[in-house]
Amino acid sequence: MPDFGAVPVPVDKIGKRYAPVTYAVGREKVREYAHSVGETEPLYLDLGAARAAGYADLLAPPMFVVVYASAPFIAALFDPELEIDFARLVHGAQEFHWEQPVVAGDEVTTTLTVKQISERAGLRFYTFETVSVNDCGATTCSGTWSTIVRGVQ
Amino acid sequence: MAAPLREGDAIELRVTPDPYVTVRYAGASGDFNPIHIDEQFALQVGLPGRILHGLWSMAQVARATTEAAGDPTALRSLSVQFRGMGRIGEEVVVRGEVSSVADGVATAKLEATQGGTRLIRNAVAELRVS
Repeated sequence: MPDFGAVPVPVDKIGKRYAPVTYAVGREKVREYAHSVGETEPLYLDLGAARAAGYADLLAPPMFVVVYASAPFIAALFDPELEIDFARLVHGAQEFHWEQPVVAGDEVTTTLTVKQISERAGLRFYTFETVSVNDCGATTCSGTWSTIVRGVQ
Repeated sequence: MAAPLREGDAIELRVTPDPYVTVRYAGASGDFNPIHIDEQFALQVGLPGRILHGLWSMAQVARATTEAAGDPTALRSLSVQFRGMGRIGEEVVVRGEVSSVADGVATAKLEATQGGTRLIRNAVAELRVS
């Protein structure tokens, strides 16, 4: 087992911000994602229904945020400066706040920040925050990604 | 459109993940961690077999709430805690209740279980009601 006691918590990395990542939302990607989670909502799947409801293209389900906002999260998990042992990593909790809807054709840019790093009872906690904005600069969704790395008991 | 959510309304969704659900979700989400898609790898690292993606289970909680609201844009926020590992082929049950409705926002508390295992606990969803 790794002994975190020998390695100080890299608290100086709290506040570290990663380069923004832009994701272009594709119509078929929205359909593929919707099908993969069992969605049957016509606004996610039927272009005619989406347009009739006033959307320019297919509406993305709220949890589609994981498709456009995960890349910077994964990048941070592999950042050597954070000293995360990926094999001992567990996704502990997740929170999203949605603002503007996302539709196919949008380009969404996500910026990730290290919000908290702490250690308790042999566990190290890393919390990340993402903010995603669309082409118009409006926030589509902000997320809090909480991970746990198991260490000494 | 469904009737507006009211305090005390029950929310329930049942879904049985078929053998390829994790493969489709890996492709759709980009999360190709082998513990979800490679049976041999999962067994080698001490798991009972391939396990469900936690964010797939969270998506079931999200879907339960938007279907109950009858509005795919109603969801304002969702927070969850991940717990037990989800297995393939066994029914996942999302259950919850609208705990309050105030200022145009319904708050629901939910969990997702599979047999005796809680996959997601302490889920809180806020939904816009008009």
